[in-house]
Amino acid sequence: MSGLLSEVVLSHIGKQSEPRREIVTRRDIRKYAIATDNRQSKYLDGDVAPPLFHLHLFWDVVPLNELSPDGVSIDSLLPKFPLEKAMAGGLEITYHKPIKPGDWLTATRTLTDIYEKAGRSGPLIFYEVLMEIRDDDHELVVTDNTTRILR
Amino acid sequence: MSPAPTVGMAIPQREHYCDEVQQMLYNASLWNGHRIHFDMRYATEVEGYPGLVVAGPLMGDWLHQVVDEWLGESGMITGIEYSNRVAAFVGETVTAGGTVTAYNDTTGEVTLDVFVKNDRDEVLAPGVITVQLNLER
Repeated sequence: MSGLLSEVVLSHIGKQSEPRREIVTRRDIRKYAIATDNRQSKYLDGDVAPPLFHLHLFWDVVPLNELSPDGVSIDSLLPKFPLEKAMAGGLEITYHKPIKPGDWLTATRTLTDIYEKAGRSGPLIFYEVLMEIRDDDHELVVTDNTTRILR
Repeated sequence: MSPAPTVGMAIPQREHYCDEVQQMLYNASLWNGHRIHFDMRYATEVEGYPGLVVAGPLMGDWLHQVVDEWLGESGMITGIEYSNRVAAFVGETVTAGGTVTAYNDTTGEVTLDVFVKNDRDEVLAPGVITVQLNLER
C-alpha cells in the first residue's frame, strides 16, 4: 500500500460519539413517509416508522455557521483524511424492533475501521461507522454499519 | 402478500419520478443542506453534475419500499445491504424492483436481490434485503 494513512489518522479507529437521545413523533414519521413517496397508510398516518427512518431521526442537526460552504455538516467523529472527495458508499442495516411514536431512542456512533485500497485511478480510503440505536430498556432497535469511500 | 414466495420470483416493480419538491422535502426532513441536491448552479458549475443529484439514501428508501409494499402485513424487513453506485438526477424516473433468491418455509426467512435502476437500465443502487414472514400458528 502507498501508506496514505498516518498513525495519527489510524489512531481515530475506535473513537465513539456522545450518545444522542431523541424522541419519535407521529408528525416526524408522517413527514418522512410523505417525503419518501411512501404510500402505505400505517406510515403516512404515523402509526409506525418505515425502515430507514433512523436516518431522519439521527441526522446531525447542526447550526448554519457550522456547515461547510457546500452545505455539508462536518462529522466530528472523523479525522482529517488525506483524500477528501467522497464517493458513494454502502450500508448494512439490521432492524431488531419496530419504531413507534413516543419511543425515546439513543444512538451511539463508533468509527470502527479506516483502511486503504488501490483503486483503478489511484488510492482509495475506506472508513466504517457503526451506529447502534437502543431504546430506554437498552434493547437494540437498529444497527447501521455505513462504509464510505474517499478518493 | 400473494402469491407465496418462490425462488426466482420477481416482486412487483415501482416507479418513482424524481421531482424537485419531493427532493426538497426529503432533504429538509433529514436536515441535509448539501447544495448538490437543490442549488443547480453549484451542482452543475462547481461539481460538474448534469443536474440536481437525487439523495443517495432516498434510493435506499425505495429499495425498502418495493419489498415492504410486496410484504404488506405478512412480515417485516429484518436487514439490508446496499450501495449507491450511480447517481440519479431530478427529472428522471427510476424503477425499484427485486427477485426472491432464497426462501425457507420453516423459518419464514426470505432473501431478495433488489435494485433501483434508471431508464437506461443502469443499476443505481443494488442491494440484498432479508425478510421475516409471520409464521402461521
